[in-house]
Amino acid sequence: MSKAKILKIALVGNPNTGKTSLFNQLTGLKQNVGNYPGITVDRKEGFFNLNATTPASIIDLPGTYSINPTTLDENIVLETLLNPNESEYPDVVVMVADAENLKRNLLLFSQLKDLEIPIILAINMADQMKRKGISIDIDALKADLDTEVVLISARKKIGIETLKKLILDYKNISTKALDGLSIKVDEEFFGALQKTYPNKSLYQAWLTITQFHNLKHLSISEKEAAQEFLNCHNKVKHLQHKETILRYQLINNILKKDYKVDRLKGTDMRAKLDKVLMHRVFGYVIFFLILFVIFQSIFDWAIYPMDFIERMFLQLSNWTEAQLSPGVFTSLIVNGIIPGLGGIAIFIPQIAILFLFIAILEETGYMSRVVFLMDKIMRLFGLSGKSVVPLMSGTACAIPAIMAARNINSWKERLITILVTPFITCSARLPIYAIIIALIIPNERIFGVLSLQATILMLLYLVGFLSAIISAFILDKTLKIKKHSFFIVEMPNYKLPSPKNVAYAVIEKTKAFIFGAGKIILALSMVLWFLASNGPAKFKNAEQIVIQNNPELNQSSKTFSKKLGSYKLQHSYIGYMGHAIEPIIKPLGYDWKIGIALITSFAAREVFVGTLATIYSVENEGDTETIRERMKMEINTETGKPLFDFPTGMSLLLYYVFAMQCMSTLAVVKRETNSWKWPALQLFFMTGIAYLVSFLTYTFLS
Amino acid sequence: MSKITVANLKVGERGLIEQVAIEHIPLNLLEMGCLPGKEVELIQVAPFNDPLYIRVNGSHLAIRRDVAAKIQIIKL
Repeated sequence: MSKAKILKIALVGNPNTGKTSLFNQLTGLKQNVGNYPGITVDRKEGFFNLNATTPASIIDLPGTYSINPTTLDENIVLETLLNPNESEYPDVVVMVADAENLKRNLLLFSQLKDLEIPIILAINMADQMKRKGISIDIDALKADLDTEVVLISARKKIGIETLKKLILDYKNISTKALDGLSIKVDEEFFGALQKTYPNKSLYQAWLTITQFHNLKHLSISEKEAAQEFLNCHNKVKHLQHKETILRYQLINNILKKDYKVDRLKGTDMRAKLDKVLMHRVFGYVIFFLILFVIFQSIFDWAIYPMDFIERMFLQLSNWTEAQLSPGVFTSLIVNGIIPGLGGIAIFIPQIAILFLFIAILEETGYMSRVVFLMDKIMRLFGLSGKSVVPLMSGTACAIPAIMAARNINSWKERLITILVTPFITCSARLPIYAIIIALIIPNERIFGVLSLQATILMLLYLVGFLSAIISAFILDKTLKIKKHSFFIVEMPNYKLPSPKNVAYAVIEKTKAFIFGAGKIILALSMVLWFLASNGPAKFKNAEQIVIQNNPELNQSSKTFSKKLGSYKLQHSYIGYMGHAIEPIIKPLGYDWKIGIALITSFAAREVFVGTLATIYSVENEGDTETIRERMKMEINTETGKPLFDFPTGMSLLLYYVFAMQCMSTLAVVKRETNSWKWPALQLFFMTGIAYLVSFLTYTFLS
Repeated sequence: MSKITVANLKVGERGLIEQVAIEHIPLNLLEMGCLPGKEVELIQVAPFNDPLYIRVNGSHLAIRRDVAAKIQIIKL
């Protein structure tokens, strides 16, 4: 016999029911996050063995309250479970439900049951039932719901083995729909529906009709047929309403006998914490304190691992160069690939720390309270309370931040969040700010206390934040998109975060950054390497020319090789590109050398400093102090004064505050909005504003 | 005669849902149990008077005032 077929399991459930805990419990580290083909939603799949001979794959479908989707994530549940021909279609569905709010959880169960797939109801948090005074008659529930039911505690590993046994035995689970529910809604309508779709189950047909615009697997003719059917029967919302009422009637009747709760035993911890955390004054104070701690850790603690990573990659680069024989291939690895990888790795500490905090805040249930506190304020600017997480994440990196905007239900609010997030000062801008501020702002204290340099840095962050808010306001007034206020946020119970879930969430987000941004940064750094290490005639004869110009230099000396490197870069393709854009950037106070750095830093902003180091042939590239000294000496060829004076420095700083200098972000925006229109708009407007502001700054200051 | 809605409740007050303006309310909210006959309690109001934090059908939800104003109730 051939190897056993892999059993396909789909994990479904309301948000905050411990679905992900169960997933982590079953699969351990054997999981991977990919993308669903053609769309952006993360697809989490894991593998484990049900017994010695039966391997299983399990997908963790996004949390949803209903099969009828309201966000992109929730749509996946519908798509996966409605198309039996798809490869994702599961053999069995495991629905995780919360013991405390079984009624609402059973609504989704009743919908899934009607899809006529084998389904197992796993009631989670069994360990807390006693404390909360809940008792459930499992056998009666099994009979009433016509399926297998199991009590589990994903965190305490209770009931997992029983669940596995039930999964193995999935073929014996009834696939009958619940009690002719659909027909009761409207006999005439559903009769006609069954006639139109004789090959689908009634509920499948109903979902096909009501959700056809969300279903990618339907052909155009099928969609037209659905639209036509709807045109003849335009009362869908009323039918959905009636359907929901009927479902709850059924559920209430079942729970009345099978589910008991002693209300007296419920704790009032929620109420007490809510009073403080959502207080009109203390609520904000606490939130800002938390923000302060987060930023403190990103900027302070993250420095150490970042320094370490930087040194490691520099050493790796030097070591590799020493091991390999010189040539194009070595140059590609040493100057293209390794620095490219280093440019990605350097941001991992900040991103991981930020998402550690966000994961903890989300796990505890606090984040929903922040959404509640901030919604009205954010709405003044066309954003949503749910925009807080993307904007916070933007201080580390815009890529995971923009991806975090997915759970904003209103398309307009989501789009505006995506469009303005890149204004938030990300960690890649920091090295540029640091070196230029050190160059043009004296290291003094205002009133003997505040550091002038630190104040300027803070102002730059503030300018970034304000431009995000103001652009959001303008976009809200100008974008002609109909706004639906489909804002519903569940306020989950407070709970201690599970270290396992937090760890997996951090790994997942960091991976998303590495593979999302990483690919582009790496590819671009290779293109830049090619452009910088190739060039026309002068580049090819660089060695002779440098010898002619510097006859006094020993050709094996370090100074000579640095001079040669600098000359080569200047006459490489990218050097010519720098010259080509010089007329455009001259009004901003930049010369062609800065132009080169502007071009290279388009891959990722932080490349700016490294490029300048190469152009100025700094002896020790890893040392920012020497780069700064060298930049200080650079002379403006026209005025004869230092190039990096106050006007040029300020102009550069403000350029980087506004400009859309990040290919990876543009790519992510394209992916998330499914159109080139929005990233093009960002590139055009942000860089336009940057140019204008820098021009005005330079003109007025000089 | 003006109708009483969830938006008219004061913190701590409860009402019985009488009617919901189906066309103006997301299906999702109905499915959370915001249906005629259910009891709804206003738990808290966010600073600046919006959104509202309600308890309905055993769920704790935050909804915006404009949607709350579409849920007609009888005060309890």
